[in-house]
Amino acid sequence: MTATAAPTPRAASVVEVFAHRHRFRVAEALPWVAAVALYFLFPDYLALGAQILATIVFALSLDLILGYAGIITLGHAAFFGTGAYVAGLLAAHGWGEPITGLIVAALAAALVGAVSGAVVLRTTGLTLLMLTLVVASMLYETANKASAITGGADGLGGMNVWPVLGCQFDLYGRTAYWYCLAVLFVCWLIARAIVHSPFGRSLTGIRENERRMHAIGSPVFLRRVTIYTIAAGMAGAAGALVAQTTAFVGLGVLSFDRSGEILIMLILGGVGWLYGAFIGVPLFMILQDRFAAIDPVYWYFWIGLTLVLVVVFAPGGAHGLADRILRARRRAAAGGRP
Amino acid sequence: MSFGALRVANAIDFRLEPGARHALIGPNGAGKTTFVNLVTGALTPSEGRILLGGDDITALVQAQRVKLGLVRTFQITALFRGLTVLENVTLAVGERLGAAGDIFRPAGTRRAVIEEAFLLLERLGIADEALRPVRELAYGRQRLVEIAVALGLDPKVLLLDEPAAGVPSAESGTIIEVIEQLPAEIALLIIEHDMDLVFRLARRITVLVQGAVLVEGPPAEIAADPRVRQVYLGEREHA
Repeated sequence: MTATAAPTPRAASVVEVFAHRHRFRVAEALPWVAAVALYFLFPDYLALGAQILATIVFALSLDLILGYAGIITLGHAAFFGTGAYVAGLLAAHGWGEPITGLIVAALAAALVGAVSGAVVLRTTGLTLLMLTLVVASMLYETANKASAITGGADGLGGMNVWPVLGCQFDLYGRTAYWYCLAVLFVCWLIARAIVHSPFGRSLTGIRENERRMHAIGSPVFLRRVTIYTIAAGMAGAAGALVAQTTAFVGLGVLSFDRSGEILIMLILGGVGWLYGAFIGVPLFMILQDRFAAIDPVYWYFWIGLTLVLVVVFAPGGAHGLADRILRARRRAAAGGRP
Repeated sequence: MSFGALRVANAIDFRLEPGARHALIGPNGAGKTTFVNLVTGALTPSEGRILLGGDDITALVQAQRVKLGLVRTFQITALFRGLTVLENVTLAVGERLGAAGDIFRPAGTRRAVIEEAFLLLERLGIADEALRPVRELAYGRQRLVEIAVALGLDPKVLLLDEPAAGVPSAESGTIIEVIEQLPAEIALLIIEHDMDLVFRLARRITVLVQGAVLVEGPPAEIAADPRVRQVYLGEREHA
């Protein structure tokens, strides 16, 4: 055993590779260049674009818990809906300032995440899946029954959202688009910092092998509740974006459909690499639009079929597919060596 | 000096001396794995106490015992299979140094953690695999990563649960060498079926049968003990 104090030259290069994984790469600018370009290319679709951007925030928050910490959930809409209702109620009762409204909504959703997470995250697997579903259903029924406050099944109207940094929300969705893009960018920076932090790396450890994480002395439960809380807050911000840019909150923000759909979107784009949300959400929206045009009655069947095909033939979604193509090309470039 | 002293009272009365090279053997179902789970905190004993260096650790959960230097490896490789070899060890080193809960800066800036993890890989001769995902490694190499992850926790007491299980005999030599060269101050408890490995490494052997200690002593004594020959070594002669 000849352990030297200073790393050898080879060690230095390996450590170097490892130490620089968090650096920004050129390709990471792609979604942002595309988002800005789309603003100028499709000025008539900005309202839809803003909804897509807000949904990407939602999917990104799901990726943090599902893709990194391996927490499966069928109730992520609980936090999206909490954020939407809090932002909606604030705007309907005299506080229409969007940025502070968004922050309060995110904090409220994070609180719901921390409290419910502290209970449901004591379980794993199917039990956890059912419990997340129960939490969302309970919130849904609460919002339904409390119609005096939430408007119940009629939805919450009468919101008066003030201008954001002096820019009025317009009919074309120009302000909404930039507002959603800015919030998405901030959320992406936060999510990116988290997954590259030691905390984020330990989450992947929990995803890969929870038992071993216990055996290396990791406070697994605390880590899971922490990321669940952060993701809940981010989902709440997404809900607030939708509420503020549409000036309406319906019960659907808490529905099972909302929880299920965001899962499908993320799986289409690929779980656990931060960009699944950026690909999966627009892809789902385009598929939905095309299928509905071809088959207005049974379009959801085709969405389902697509999902089955992706899971069977392209596990990992768009990310898995890209990864396999890259690997195959690298292998070919290496001269067909085994 | 009393660190590294373990005692599980009642059915199994067992003591591991500081710097020990102790083997725990016994037929299938003797309770070896249960014993490991009790000692490390994966299971809570209904009765009895577990002491580490004179302190009662019975009430501590697994993660707290790890912080005190009580570390184990797994019989069936329990690694982070999708992550690289270096990442596997980095996670362990990071947890030990208290860096792993840090959410506010990139993991790459914790250079000391990465360098220490890499040094461990060099010591165990698996540094050239550092950037490969664990699942792509040959099983024998995975067993070495298993040990490297444990060493990343700077153990005072190390429980090796069948370190060479499932490894072709050609490769088990490497594993034995690695264990032989472990720092002398680590108290080692090796749970093993492979008698060659046990008699090469152990300076003391405990034979466990049906949840109780049958006999304990130096290897020569154990090999000569007629009861041990009957319940344990005898089985091999028949096989």
